[in-house]
Amino acid sequence: MNNITLFAGLFLASAAVADTPVLTVYTYDSFISDWGPGPAVEAAFEATCGCDLQMVGAGDGAALLARIRLEGSRSEADIVMGLDTNLTHAASETGLFTSISTAADYTVPGGWNNSLFAPFDWGYFAFVHNTDLESPKNFKELAASNLKIIIQDPRSSTPGLGLLMWVKAAYGVEAASLWAELADNIVTVTAGWSEAYGMFLEGEADMVLSYTTSPAYHIIAEGDASKKYAKFDEGHYMQIEVAGKLASTDQNALADQFLDFMVSDAFQDIIPTTNWMFPAVTPAAGLPDGFPKALPDSQSLIFSPSEAAAIRTGALEEWQAALSQ
Amino acid sequence: MAGGVIAVIIRIIGGGAVLVALLAFSFSTVLAVALHGDGLGTLGSYDWQAVRFTIWQALASTGLSVGIAVPVARALARQDFKGRSLLITLLGAPFILPVIVGVLGLLAVFGRAGWISQGLDLFGLDRLSIYGPAGVILAHVFFNLPLATRFILQGWASIPPDRFRVADSLGAQPWTQFQLIEWPMLRAMLPGTFLLIFLLCLTSFAVALAIGGGPRGTTIELAIYQSFRLDFDLGKASSLALIQFVICGTVAALAILIPLPRNDGHGLGLIHTRQDVQSNRIIDFGFISITAAFLILPLASIVIRGAIHLPELPNAVFAAAWTSLWIALISTSLCIGMALSLALSFARTGQTTQKLVEVVGILGLATSPLVVGTGLFLMIFPFAHPMSLAVPVTAMVNAMMALPFALRVLFPAIRDTYVDYIRLRESLMMSSGTWLWKVILPRLSKPLGFAAGLAAALSMGDLGVIALFADPDLQTLPLMLYRLMGAYRMDQAAAVAVVLVAQSLALFWIFDRGGRRHATS
Amino acid sequence: MLHLNQVEFTQGSFSLVANFKIQTGAKVAVIGPSGEGKSTLLHGIAGFLKPTRGNIRWAGEPMPNHPGLRPISLLFQDHNLFPHLTVFNNVAIGLNPRLRLSAPQKKQVSLALQKVGLQDRNESYPSDLSGGQRGRIGLARVLLRQRPLLLLDEPFAALGPALKDEMLEALDNVLSSNSATALMVTHDPQDALIFADQAILVADGYASAPQPIQEFFDDPPRALKAYLGNRT
Repeated sequence: MNNITLFAGLFLASAAVADTPVLTVYTYDSFISDWGPGPAVEAAFEATCGCDLQMVGAGDGAALLARIRLEGSRSEADIVMGLDTNLTHAASETGLFTSISTAADYTVPGGWNNSLFAPFDWGYFAFVHNTDLESPKNFKELAASNLKIIIQDPRSSTPGLGLLMWVKAAYGVEAASLWAELADNIVTVTAGWSEAYGMFLEGEADMVLSYTTSPAYHIIAEGDASKKYAKFDEGHYMQIEVAGKLASTDQNALADQFLDFMVSDAFQDIIPTTNWMFPAVTPAAGLPDGFPKALPDSQSLIFSPSEAAAIRTGALEEWQAALSQ
Repeated sequence: MAGGVIAVIIRIIGGGAVLVALLAFSFSTVLAVALHGDGLGTLGSYDWQAVRFTIWQALASTGLSVGIAVPVARALARQDFKGRSLLITLLGAPFILPVIVGVLGLLAVFGRAGWISQGLDLFGLDRLSIYGPAGVILAHVFFNLPLATRFILQGWASIPPDRFRVADSLGAQPWTQFQLIEWPMLRAMLPGTFLLIFLLCLTSFAVALAIGGGPRGTTIELAIYQSFRLDFDLGKASSLALIQFVICGTVAALAILIPLPRNDGHGLGLIHTRQDVQSNRIIDFGFISITAAFLILPLASIVIRGAIHLPELPNAVFAAAWTSLWIALISTSLCIGMALSLALSFARTGQTTQKLVEVVGILGLATSPLVVGTGLFLMIFPFAHPMSLAVPVTAMVNAMMALPFALRVLFPAIRDTYVDYIRLRESLMMSSGTWLWKVILPRLSKPLGFAAGLAAALSMGDLGVIALFADPDLQTLPLMLYRLMGAYRMDQAAAVAVVLVAQSLALFWIFDRGGRRHATS
Repeated sequence: MLHLNQVEFTQGSFSLVANFKIQTGAKVAVIGPSGEGKSTLLHGIAGFLKPTRGNIRWAGEPMPNHPGLRPISLLFQDHNLFPHLTVFNNVAIGLNPRLRLSAPQKKQVSLALQKVGLQDRNESYPSDLSGGQRGRIGLARVLLRQRPLLLLDEPFAALGPALKDEMLEALDNVLSSNSATALMVTHDPQDALIFADQAILVADGYASAPQPIQEFFDDPPRALKAYLGNRT
């Protein structure tokens, strides 16, 4: 190749790149990892959108929101995907998000009705244990037993905050005394989910705070049926993960297109075996074998975003007081 | 002459620029965060509890690490055995382990399902439970005792062997020898070592929490984390960061009152001449074996756990290893460049000035990484795309974190070279370039190798990318490890940990050995 | 008399054999190429190395094992002094390493310092003194200890010619007042000629018996010839 054709080639290539619109999606880091949904989602969307989908990882959900608050209206992000309902209240209050028209036949227990955010997956928090252990039936039974559990810190971890809300939703004003009863069952409190789950797999505790879908990973990906979750009769707290569009986006139509794609089968099919969560819209093909069933609505606990925001500080203080004894 | 120009730039502009950069890096990032919030925030009672716990556990962990390191270093300095040099290299290992890997390694030995508990179980005894303050200290000792030992061993090796011979021939008994020769070295060596280890324990939070057994194990760094990501209270985050500064400043001020060690530039050779080698064999090997076991068992468990899964690793591990390697090399060059600039610029100033410089040098470590990252982000974001600066920012942050260690090693050596040779230089009218390339650097090859090894290993083990600047295509080994764990793939993560440990140790070994091989005296 | 009886010292793969006697009161220069074992010989006599073969006797008795119990004073090129001790204490340590001195002992120290002309520098630290003065502190300690055997490992190699002559003279005074036997490692034939009456060649793993110094340089052994070049 001589210099002229090389130059022309480079020019054409860059011109082609310049013509391709870029959609920037901020999400949590594990979404974009090689083992998360990111690579498949990017390939599927780029196959239809004629655009360049750039997914940027920013810690976990809470760090993601902090990032957006730091950047404010000058953010390059068009979409923020990966906040949960514990965060959406604070996210709405920033005024950085704009309303969306995304609609779908959501299979999220309790339904979904929010003009700023659309859900893409959801799950139940649960204690996971080995199948040779008889599950406690509820928090009370757990607290009365000698079972050892590892939990995550609500201040640094999403499941940790989920457990805080779970106990509050199940026990209300008695949450503080339940925590006090649970204190001697707690081996330790880790900063993140990975530490806790890793320590559990190494045998440091009988149960670990995770999701009802965690055993499905071991069954489907590893062919290992030795894990199950303890079904509590108080019900299980839900985590609903959502995406929203930033008001400052310069790719308005493309952002809408992405949100529509997000609730379509092409995206939802990817979720169960990469993010190990329930898809927000059960795809036509259904859930893979080995996946748990959704619980009845009465067993699916969740606070509305504004309730969650109002409860959090008080619940956290109860937790700290009970476990600092 | 190019060498001369470089030397002058390093000396005159470099030192000042590095100081300014350090101050900017630490204080202005806190300021930027505070300004973005509504000024400094006030602390609640739980925050003060976190402050108290942080100071208490850091003092206890550091005291124990340094206290045990003294007899261990003494034993290593005077006893010879097979594998001595390998053990000295392994001393670098726990320090560079990602926290989560180190914790899992420790738990494999000391945990409720660990080897010791299994042994106790066989005899019908209760399982070990290390969760709580004792466990936090145990973990910090695991991470930091080896480094403290290595620093203090450096001090022992810097004692001229003839001094022991003189004392021996004067009939000085071991305790008198200790007072005469070893205590003056320790008095000079311990404050700086204590300060560095203290800072490492001060800013640790995942260890304290994971083994601390609950919110009692809350450190200042975790409180900062909470203010930032849960409450988005930047004012409070800045206040907490400032408190961390104050604690560090207080300890640094205490350390400043004690003189810096004189380094005679000896290697880590044995002290062959000591008369008490035989009589202390049992106690020395007691210390060496216990430390080696404490160090090697968790490491072995990490290797055993991960090695069988190495074949399952995806090819991405090669790219991650490569990324980690070159980022570590850039960080190391930056770190050594900064340390040399500082040490050369201030080599001839008074001792007090030099100690001030060393204290400024530790600012990088005294600052909360989260606050630094956020501050840098706030300062850079208006002007440039943070993601496009992922590599320079990462390399710079790693270099700043490693700087205190490099300074601690290099400063005394450079000062002594000046004291010993400056007259010779003047009498020969040696140019700055010749002085730097032909005298300073060759004379310093051992401490330079050690410092570079530490810096390289440290940046290999670091998460690599501050989340705010993360470039999705830039995956380092520690990041890959965390991502695998986050995706339930604990086995593959364990295999990545093996790669990470092997690569970090190899890098440390190459620098450290390279320095010793090229040493001219 | 110092008697090295079929002695062998081993350090790693290096070994040195010595088999000779030195008369009491002799001043012996130890000469030889670098790295051939001059310091090994001195360290062996001082007791820092245990002989792998043979034994060392002094005045007919076997030498005690511990260096501190041997009738020996040592002077190295550097590191004779403890930088954090005063001049006075650096000398006093020769009497009592724990530095607990009786009044008469203190007097002895002052006297020794006076003999080397440092009586005014009692409270100084070694780093405040010149190279020559530092050398004299070492000599004052040797003088004070009154040990009959003195081992010197190139004690003046770093000094200029005038200073060196001054030190050699001071050393001579010390030796005659102690009527001591001395072995001095040196690189410099001139020093050897000024200081010593006999010489030992250390080369090829072997320390030769002492021979009169003039003879030694007039008809040097082959290994010495190569070492000295044209300097004789």
